[in-house]
Amino acid sequence: MVTELTMPHMGFDMKEGTIVRWLVSEGSTVATGDAIAEIETDKAVVEFESYAEGILHVIVQPEGSTVPVGTVIGIIGDAKESDAAMNYRSEMTILQDTQDSDINSTDTIPDFLETNPPVKEQSTIADQSLEIRASPVAKRYALEHNLDLSLISGSGPGGRITRSDVESAVNQRKNEDSPELSTVIDQIETTPEHFPTSETEVQSVVATNHKPDSPRVPLSKMRQQIARVTYKSKREKPHFYLSSEIDMTQAMLLRSQINDSMKSEGIHVSVNDIIIKACAEALILHPKFNAYFHEDGLQENPSVNIGIAIATDETLDVPAIMNCEMKSLREISIASKDLVQRASAGTLNANEYSGGTFAISNLGMYDITSFLAIIQPPQTAVLAVGSVTQKPIVKENELAIAQMMTATLSADHRIVDGAEGAAFITVIRDLLQNPLQLVV
Amino acid sequence: MPVIDLRDAIGKGLKEALTNNDKVFIMGEDVGEYGGAYSVTRGLLKEFGPERVMDTPISESVIVGAGIGSALAGLRPIVEIMTINFSLLAMDQIVNHAAKLRYMSDGQFTVPLLIRTVTGGGAQLAATHSQSFEGWYASVPGLKVIVPSTPYDALGLIRSALKDDNPIIMAEHALLYGVREEVPNEWYEIPIGKAIVRRKGSDVTIIGHLKTAHIAIEVAKILSSKGKTAEVIDMRSLRPIDTETIIESVKKTNRAVVIDEAWKTGSFAAEIASTIQEQAFDFLDGPVIRIGSANVPSPYAQNLEAAMFPDAKEITETIENVFGL
Repeated sequence: MVTELTMPHMGFDMKEGTIVRWLVSEGSTVATGDAIAEIETDKAVVEFESYAEGILHVIVQPEGSTVPVGTVIGIIGDAKESDAAMNYRSEMTILQDTQDSDINSTDTIPDFLETNPPVKEQSTIADQSLEIRASPVAKRYALEHNLDLSLISGSGPGGRITRSDVESAVNQRKNEDSPELSTVIDQIETTPEHFPTSETEVQSVVATNHKPDSPRVPLSKMRQQIARVTYKSKREKPHFYLSSEIDMTQAMLLRSQINDSMKSEGIHVSVNDIIIKACAEALILHPKFNAYFHEDGLQENPSVNIGIAIATDETLDVPAIMNCEMKSLREISIASKDLVQRASAGTLNANEYSGGTFAISNLGMYDITSFLAIIQPPQTAVLAVGSVTQKPIVKENELAIAQMMTATLSADHRIVDGAEGAAFITVIRDLLQNPLQLVV
Repeated sequence: MPVIDLRDAIGKGLKEALTNNDKVFIMGEDVGEYGGAYSVTRGLLKEFGPERVMDTPISESVIVGAGIGSALAGLRPIVEIMTINFSLLAMDQIVNHAAKLRYMSDGQFTVPLLIRTVTGGGAQLAATHSQSFEGWYASVPGLKVIVPSTPYDALGLIRSALKDDNPIIMAEHALLYGVREEVPNEWYEIPIGKAIVRRKGSDVTIIGHLKTAHIAIEVAKILSSKGKTAEVIDMRSLRPIDTETIIESVKKTNRAVVIDEAWKTGSFAAEIASTIQEQAFDFLDGPVIRIGSANVPSPYAQNLEAAMFPDAKEITETIENVFGL
């Protein structure tokens, strides 16, 4: 039987992928699990492993093409089927030429398409249209204003996106776009004899300088993805924030003891590893912070997969260390190092990209005291960790010096409340202040 | 300006016609001695005599057929069918003859016939006397259908009808004869085929005719008390239909509700709803709501009858639910 290889779905929000490179050529023999192509998603370049064996008869989508998830990209079959498969190429052309012609008519479709009708693709389309429900006028407005409906949440019955939802999105964008400060400053500097004196005047300067077709630097896929995810999160998730100052003296001491004694084994536990371990323990006690929010209910996750934000010059990823609930501090340390290495090599698998159930963002290395992180949908919470610094503290009525760190929890108020957040972050703090619990 | 009710506005129009045009005559069941089942023609027999105001036997087919014949012969008959329920007996005359003769004679003959009849329910007249068929007639090419819901419109539309050379059905609602309004003494006409915006609004367009135009205003008032404004369109004519007024309004409000007292299935509201989605699809912010009577024969019992017909409060709730208003 001929098998259609389709653009895989690698991550919950992946809608399309680009074929960067075919690793095998037409006519090559392929085994299940062989890497046959490199596919670029919003997040990374991932190797595509064949899920069928046989001969790659046809490469349907050439290198460089970007197609929706579920689109046929190649045809694999056994040797006898090469004729049938080769027909595919010509039939594809016919189909593309006559898209609206009777797709069910048997005489124009090769056998393997009949036995394997494109049901998958159809259901994908149906799913998408169910996913985005928008009224006709909302769709038209969105088109006119060049807005992506998938970024707008619907306030109408059944979550339908209505005219007013699109209008507020348009207004919001206007507010975000309007202050082109540099342009205003340029204008002011080049015309020193006339300074805008009122706010309206400044706005009119902005307006006259705003050329809708001035050149734009196209956004990288990564930038688009970050924009989409953070915007969606801030728009949909009512964030609230709780900060806690944590005395890391004991944790730092324990860390250097471990690292001294296990140097020979190549173990080097980072501060972040200890925090991951503490969060894993706290998440076991407070599973709501490990759950996903969906419109139709809360999804509790059986495993604790903690994402760690990894930034490079151009990328920001939050790959997850899977199954932290079963890992010792040592295992977490090994896993996190492996994750960072593979993230920079671009060889993480899709599940690691999208499987996180909680996340930690650590800006300690930049000497940041504290900050507020944006929750990554559909997760419920993220912990933002600042640097560990020596500070004077009052301990048993005496001044003392301690290694202090501020951790700030961002949580989704639809799922958890302030008191629950406080209890959760208190567990993390207590574990970090008494870190021996983390190693037994 | 004198305040008169809808009954007297029609009576005034008839009297004017009899006075101004000697080709006009009236005939129907009980229009003479009895003064009309709804007292619209009272006094006319006395004033104009039995040649101009004729009582007929109980034979709707004959009433309409004789009207067609005299219209073909050059007169301007106004015939009354006591209620639209009985017009079913004259349907062949109306649909196959009155509506066709001008077309089939290639314009050699015209049928300037005004058929007045009474439609609608709500007065506990039970299954065979409470129906609304004006929408049926509005689907027939060759006919015009006018549906005045106010005294002012009734008089203005009669005046236009009596200048029109086509067969026209004027459906009057049994429960609207008492509607009172100022009607000027000066001559005016209401063109056939023009709807009217009774109330301006921006959140939803509510379309009705006859009693449902009044219900639409009630709904608009309820919505207004909740801070939402509804635009109310009274169709006034069902054929020709004033699509322009409807579409213009829906393009503004993006939401439409069509109310009809006929059974929901196959009602004229369905025709209007369909036209809206054809011509204003990209302006809609939600499905077009079609309100009609329950698909049952009208019950006699008061509570059941009330439950069958469109109700302002229920319509308001539907609007709020469907549009999330």
